[in-house]
Order: sequence, then structure tokens, then C-alpha cells
Amino acid sequence: MLSAKLFKLRGGVHPEGRKNLSAERHIRTLPLPQKLFVPLQQHIGAPASPVVNVGDKVLKGQLIAVAQGAVSSSIHAPTSGVIVALGDHVAPHPSGLPVPTITLQSDGAENWIACETIADPFALTPEDIAARVGAAGIVGLGGATFPSALKLNLSRSSGVQTLIMNGGECEPYLTCDDRIMRERAAEIVEGIRLIAYAVAAQEILVGIEDNKPEAIAAMQAASVDTPVKVVAMPSMYPMGSEKQIIQVLTGKEVPAGGRPADIGVLVHNVATAYAVQQAIRFGKPLLSRLVTLSGGAIKTPCNVEALIGTPVEELIAFADGYAQPAARMVLGGPMMGQQFTNTNVPVVKGTSGVLALTASEIGQAEPSPCIRCSTCIRACPVGLMPVEMVSRIRASDLAAAVDFGLKDCIACGSCSYVCPAHIPLVHYFNYAKGDLAAQERTKLKQEATKKLADARNERIARIERERAEAAARRKAAREAKAAKAAAEKAAEEVA
Amino acid sequence: MNPIAHSPHAHAPVSIPKVMGTVLLALTPATLFGFWLFGWPAINLWAVSLIAAILGEAFVVRMQGRAVRPVLMDGSGILTAWLLALSLPPYAPWWIAVLGSLFAVVVGKQVFGGLGQNLFNPAMAARVMLLISFPLEMTSWVAPAQAPGWLDSLRITFMSQPLDGMASASLLGHVKTEFTRGVGLDQALSGYYAPQHMLMGSRAGSLGETAAVLLLIGGLFLIARRIITWHAPVAMLLGVAVPALLFNAIDANHYAGPLVHLLSGGLMLGAFFIITDPVTSPNTAKGQFIFGLGCGLLTWIIRTWGGYPEGVAFAVMLMNAATPLIDQFVKPRIYGRDRKGAALSVEKR
Repeated sequence: MLSAKLFKLRGGVHPEGRKNLSAERHIRTLPLPQKLFVPLQQHIGAPASPVVNVGDKVLKGQLIAVAQGAVSSSIHAPTSGVIVALGDHVAPHPSGLPVPTITLQSDGAENWIACETIADPFALTPEDIAARVGAAGIVGLGGATFPSALKLNLSRSSGVQTLIMNGGECEPYLTCDDRIMRERAAEIVEGIRLIAYAVAAQEILVGIEDNKPEAIAAMQAASVDTPVKVVAMPSMYPMGSEKQIIQVLTGKEVPAGGRPADIGVLVHNVATAYAVQQAIRFGKPLLSRLVTLSGGAIKTPCNVEALIGTPVEELIAFADGYAQPAARMVLGGPMMGQQFTNTNVPVVKGTSGVLALTASEIGQAEPSPCIRCSTCIRACPVGLMPVEMVSRIRASDLAAAVDFGLKDCIACGSCSYVCPAHIPLVHYFNYAKGDLAAQERTKLKQEATKKLADARNERIARIERERAEAAARRKAAREAKAAKAAAEKAAEEVA
Repeated sequence: MNPIAHSPHAHAPVSIPKVMGTVLLALTPATLFGFWLFGWPAINLWAVSLIAAILGEAFVVRMQGRAVRPVLMDGSGILTAWLLALSLPPYAPWWIAVLGSLFAVVVGKQVFGGLGQNLFNPAMAARVMLLISFPLEMTSWVAPAQAPGWLDSLRITFMSQPLDGMASASLLGHVKTEFTRGVGLDQALSGYYAPQHMLMGSRAGSLGETAAVLLLIGGLFLIARRIITWHAPVAMLLGVAVPALLFNAIDANHYAGPLVHLLSGGLMLGAFFIITDPVTSPNTAKGQFIFGLGCGLLTWIIRTWGGYPEGVAFAVMLMNAATPLIDQFVKPRIYGRDRKGAALSVEKR
């Protein structure tokens, strides 16, 4: 099964993996926290809307916030207890700004809702599977957090040839996908088959980087006599990026501005498959996820299963705290993760890792002038020229940067990682993308304003015109009347 | 807490000083060979070049009100002066080195806006300036012989003592002169050209351009360390060797063969250390190949039909000027788009 044909990938980098810090640590369940902080937005799309009030008693797995609109996801109580607050709590975001959050006081009893167990999930209709995945609040657990049910429905309507399961985990340090594949391979394979059934995929490929031989072996053993094909991919960053894994496994490229479904491909993360299996087979909504705790400043790096809403602080305490003061705290992997400063932030559905990094691990240095060495061009997996884009952005020429492919940038950070001048290239690109979006919004607004102003001017002109016309009419009438009166008077006099 | 930083939160262990340091290291064998071959005058000239570049750069950067230390520490000025020194006649007077170094770092680089901003390779710009302005000093070669003592070397470098009895011509210069006298290649080369000497570098020539094999080793080291790629050097060598081979096959008495061309003049230094300067060469691998090919072809054309016996510096500057044009037309294909930049069409199934 390992001899599947692989296709060539452009660019990429080989950051030091540092996965050995936590790769051999079994998944452990975090002790039940006293308070859980569950944000209403943990996914791409509209925030969920709360369906509980302060003081309500909830059961583990009970719906507490319902999806809003086309792109959204529901949220469930991670444990049983009492809702103590519906308010703001620090967000898992670099800004650390507060976001709407449901605060749940645990009662320590872990009383579940009644879960429906299904003996033969393949007897369900594909539509039913998608509906149950949606009801379970499952989102892409690789980090993108796109609502999974929506992806299933979109893919079913457009037709899927190939289902790709992403077990790449190309980010350094992170080992939670590695561990889940090693320890829960049978469940994952069942989840994969359920997803494939839901979208009627003809081919199922599980791509795993070859730096995880145990995970590959476990997944292969679990997929014997199934249509699931496990493929070892070369270890390279960003192999686990959606566009890149599609390219390396199928040789196809997602058209610019398009979706994988356009070329008959659907990509899901392996941890998502596990969540799908739990939801369909046992009726369990998504209440927890695996998180890797690692970095040189963490005393005992490990992999934990944490309830959604658990403060990161408690995870760090579980890993025996800090070995040394952390120079930087990161949620996610080091290549694309986000820095955070407040350890009260909760674990959310997209939290794959909590890293406490030392200064030497970060390797930060003052930026120096660009020597146009083009290392960034060689590293870019998309075929962009970061050196040219950044010079245009520095000159505020965003249109030229777009011509060089700014909108095709996947923000993987490969260019920044290799830049000998330590220029924060991705930072420039994300700033420019934000600026571009703001400009486009302003332009739309200006156009709308102009339209309204034009309409107003026209209306005023029309009213004036009508007034003038009315005045002219009145004047004419008056004059006609006067002339008539004069004529009558003259006639009287004559008579 | 530190200010919020953007991802990535990891970095490859690279920096500009490390890049420049690796290039200097790669140049060291050929440089030491030049010192051994030409003796103390070569060392004097090399030292004067470096000192002039450091002081000159420090002065102009200070005049601009910028911090001097980071500019000097990036190592680019030292590398420029080093490359220039290697391309000078080893017995050239001190003021040639000073003028050249100052021209390279001040006019060639800082006037354009400092590191990364210059259009032309600073070392080659300085070399061309010197060659045009001081043709006599820039073409006074010596045959490698008994190297002079230290005191004599001071007289040679700093008092412009005439090179009695030691004057010689470089191979390319000799061939050019002989042609003007109507002497064919077979006669001109006899006694002047021995491939093994050319390979090892025991010949008249610039301070550090003679040891083809050591420069090649340095270049391969840079390729192995991923500081440069093979594209530009290989293309330049091809650009010289292919026409040389063709024309040599047509008229061996008038056109020197590929080996003579490859092993003489500044070709090896140019191919591995000059045209691989990232600032003044194209960005993409394909662009670098085109650039190298152009450098090679122009070098061969100037050597064969031009007024000067050697053409590397002119060829490099001409191709430097073409670099923005090459970058405009040679770009990588973007994922999900065709070569013209349009989105790939969706397959209809």
C-alpha cells in the first residue's frame, strides 16, 4: 500500500521537527477543570447563538449554543454543571481581546445526555450522516475549523472522486495527530469510511508523513480489507496544507480561487474522522480534542485530551509547568500558530498545540536589508516571489503585489522561516491582505455612497424642476387670468 | 511580555553575516594560493583593498546618519573588496586598490542605497572603472617567479617600483597581441599554454583568478552549502565553452579551444563568485541560467572579437543591466494558475 505514486511538490522547507519531545507520550486525559470557558465562535463563519441562560443546569453533551446561518457550528456543554456567565472572556487570539463566551461551572459528576448508539451506521443515508456531523458541532480539527457537515454537503452535491485524509502533521512539535493515529486507528478508519460513504468517494487516501512510521503501521493495520489506502509522504513543511497534500497525492492542483471540490477532491483531517466516528456511532458531540503541550520551556512535554473550554493554564500545570521562563507562548504549531500572552485563554476546537518556546527555539533577530538571495522563492510551495511582493507592499503598491500572487499566498511561513535577512515576509503579506480587504470594503462603501448621492442629486434636481414647472404653470395661469379679466373689463367698457 | 510577534515562531539558523562568511571561506583557498604564488605584494594589495573598503563604507554610512556597526558587520563590503582584490594584477600599486575599493563600496553600492539596492556588481563596476581609467597599471602582469621579499614588496605596492625583468603577459593578452602581429594560435600558445599549469594556477594573471581548480572547489562548496545554485555558474561555463568548441572546430588556428577559455582570465572566479551575487542576478533558477549563459557568451565574444583581451567584467555588467528585464519575464508558475497567471480551468467530469 505504501508504493502509491507520489507527485512532485514545489518548494517547501525542513524545519527541525522537535516532535521527539512529545511523540512517545501516551494520550492522557486532563483532570476535570472547575470552570470551562466556551467561546461562541470556535469555527469559520458566524458565531453560534446561546440557547441557555445563566443559572441553567446542563448535562454533558447538551446543546448550549446553536449554529447561525449557512456557515456556522453548534456548541455543546463539555461537562455537566451550571451556566454561571454569558459574557466576555479572553480570546485565543494574539489580541487577547474578550469575546462572547459561555462560562460553565462543572459539577464534577460528568452526567451525560442520552446518546443514541447506532449499530450499523452504514444503514443511515448520506444526508443523515452529514446532518448528524453538523448536529455534533464537528469542525475541521486540523486547525482550519471549517464546519465539517457543510464540507460534506458541498462535496456530495458537486461529486467527489477522491477523499484525502490528512495525517501529515507537518508543523514542528505537534504530535497529537501522530498519537491519535497510533492509539485510535480503528476508530479513525471507521470514521474515514463513514465520510467516504457520506460523499460517495471512489478512492480514499490517507497521507501520513514518513517521520511517523508507527502511525503509518497502525493505520495500515487498521485499514486491512478496507478501501482505505495509507500513503507515506516525504516529510516536508507544508505537506499538511490542503493544496499541497492534494498535489502530492493526486498530481492535481486546486484552481486559483477555487475549492478542492472543483477537481473532485475532499480533504479532512484524521482527528476529524475520529470525531465523526464518535458522533455517528455513539451519538457523542465534539466536546474535547487532543492537544500537544511542548516547547523547550515546558517541563514535561506531552499529549493530552482536553475538554473544549479548559484554560490553557491548567494544561501547562498538567505538564508540570515551566522548565524555564518562556520567551513566547504559541497556540498551534510554530510555523502558523498564533502567539498569546494570557494563559487564561481556553482550549477551543482548533487548538492543536500549546507551545512554550525559548528564545533560542524562536531564533528571532533584527531584520536586515534584503540581498535578493531568492531563498524565499525557492522555499515557496505556491510558486510566488516573496522578495518582489514585499518590495511592492513596502511601496504601498498593493495592486502590483496582487499581480505577483499576493492572493495566492497560503501564509505557510516558509519564506519567513528561511530568510537570512530575517524579514517578516508573511507578516507583510497578511498585513497587505488585510489592507486589501479594507480597501475593497471602502471601495464598495464609496460606490454605494456615490450611488446614493447621485440619486439624491437627481431627486433634488427633479423636485426643483417640478417646482419650477409648477411655478411656471401657475404664472401662466395667473397671466391668462389677468389677460382674461382685462379683456372682460375692456369689453365691459366698450359695452 | 514581548510585543506580539507574527508567525512563524521558528527560524532556520541563517543570517546575512553567515552567508557572507561562508563565501569568504570559499574564497580563502584561491586567495592563499595567490599569496603563495605572487608573494608579499599580493598580500599588501589585498589588505589595502579591505582596509579602504571598511573605512570608506564606515565614513559614508556615518555621513548618512545610519548606524555603522550593522552595516560593517553584514560582511558585504569586505566581500566586495576581497573579490576586487582577487581581480587586480598582484603587483598593482596601492592607490589602485584604494580607488577601486572606494569606488566599489561607495559608488557601486552605497550611492544606490546600500546592500541589496545596487544594479551592478560593485566589484566588477570598480574593476571596469580601473581598467578604463588606468589601463597600464591594470594590465601589468608578472610571471609567477621568485617572490620578492617583504621590503621589496613594500616598494612594489607603495612606491610603484617598475617590474624590471618580471613583466609578463596574461595568456589572453598574449594571444591578442600575437594576433595583431599575424601570428596564429598554434605558435602563440606553444610554450605559453600548459593545461596542468593553467588548472593549478601557476600562470600570470590577477591575484586570485589563476587557480581554476581551487576556485572550482570553492564554488562547489558554496553549492553544497546551498549558498548558490548550479544554474548561473554552469550556464556561464557553457556560454564560453560551447562557442569556443564550435569555432575551434571550424578554425583551430584562429579560435582558442574551450579548455584555454575555461582555464584563463577571470572566468572561474566570475562563474562561481561574481555572477552568483544575489543582488545583481535574477531571482529564479531559470532566470539565473539565462543570465549565466549571457555572461558566458558575452565573455567569449569580447575575448574573441573585442578590443580587450578579457571580457568577464564587461559581460557581467551588461548582464546586470539586463537582470530586471529577465526578472520581468521569467517568473515561476503559481499553484492553481497557468503560466500566464489565469486560474486553471475546472475539469468537467
